[in-house]
Amino acid sequence: MEALDGNAIAGDLQELFGHDMTAARGSCRNCGDSHMIAELRVYLRAPGAVVRCPSCGNVVMVLVTIRGETRIDMRGIGGMEPAH
Amino acid sequence: MVGVLELVEETPQAKSIVLEPRDWPGHRAGQHVDVRLTAPDGYQAQRSYSIASAPEDDHLVLTVQRLADGEVSPYLLDVLGPGDELELRGPIGGYFVWEESLGGPLLLIAGGSGIAPFRSVLRHGVAAHSSIPVRLVYSARSLAEVIYREELMRLADHDGVDVRFTLTREWPEDWTGHRGRIDRELLQDVSWPPSEQPRIYICGPSAFVEAAANTLVGSGHDPSRIRTERFGPTGT
Repeated sequence: MEALDGNAIAGDLQELFGHDMTAARGSCRNCGDSHMIAELRVYLRAPGAVVRCPSCGNVVMVLVTIRGETRIDMRGIGGMEPAH
Repeated sequence: MVGVLELVEETPQAKSIVLEPRDWPGHRAGQHVDVRLTAPDGYQAQRSYSIASAPEDDHLVLTVQRLADGEVSPYLLDVLGPGDELELRGPIGGYFVWEESLGGPLLLIAGGSGIAPFRSVLRHGVAAHSSIPVRLVYSARSLAEVIYREELMRLADHDGVDVRFTLTREWPEDWTGHRGRIDRELLQDVSWPPSEQPRIYICGPSAFVEAAANTLVGSGHDPSRIRTERFGPTGT
C-alpha cells in the first residue's frame, strides 16, 4: 500500500488541535529525527490512519475516527514545536 | 454545507465542481478541503481535495479525478448536480501554501490531477500582480488528460510564467513538448539551478512525488526548499 503524507490527516489534526498543524515539527521518539507533520508517512486504514517517521519507519501517531469523532495516540512523538 | 453551482468537464475523467460557499473564511493558494459524504444508513466516507480556485475568485472550485474503484469520486462525478449540497471541512493546511511573501523563484511540478493546487497558485500570482517568476512542469498521460489545458496556455502568456507539459503514454505526432516521465534531464532544463534557491512545490501520486523530489535533491536542491503533497487511492 502506497504511503500518503501528513497533508492527508491535516483536517483531523486541525479539528483536534484547533489550528493548522502541517508545518509544526515533531521529533521521532525512536530515531530522534525531526520532520514537519506534512512530511510524515501516512497509511490510511479505515477507521483511521497509521503515521510513520519517514526516516526510520517508527509508528509516531495513530488516529482513529469512530462515529465522526477522532482520537489520537501520539506516543511515538518525542517532542513538538509549533510552525515558524 | 456548500451549494453546487455547476460542474465543468475538464477531461473525460475529471470535472471541476464550482461551489457557492456560505460563511467561507477565505483560503490561501495551496490549501485543501475535506469532502464528507454520508449515506442514508449513516456510513461516511471522506476525501481531501485541493482547492483549484484562487483566493481572489468569486467561487470555490474543486477538481475531482475519477479513481478506479473509488468510493467518493464516482458519486461526485456521476451523481452530484447543480443545486445539490456538499459537506466540506476547511480550508485546511499551511505547509503547502504559497503566497507572494514567501518569494521565489517558484517551480511547480504536477502529476495528473496534482495540477489543482497550482491552478490556485498561478491564478493567485496573476491576480496579485506578482513579479515572482514561476515555472510549471505538468506530467500527464496524454494531451486528452491534461486538465485546464487552455487556461494554462493563457496563463503562460503572462510575463514571468512558463508552462511545460510532458506526456508519458501517448502524444500527437507533431508534439514538440517533452515525452516520457519527469526525469533529471527535464528538471535540470526547466529548473533554476540550486544556487538560485527556487521554492519548489510537487503535487501528484505518491510515486511521482517521491521520484521528482529525490531527483531534485540528487541535483543539489535544498530539501527544506521543497514542499510535497502526495495523493492516491486510499485503502480500506
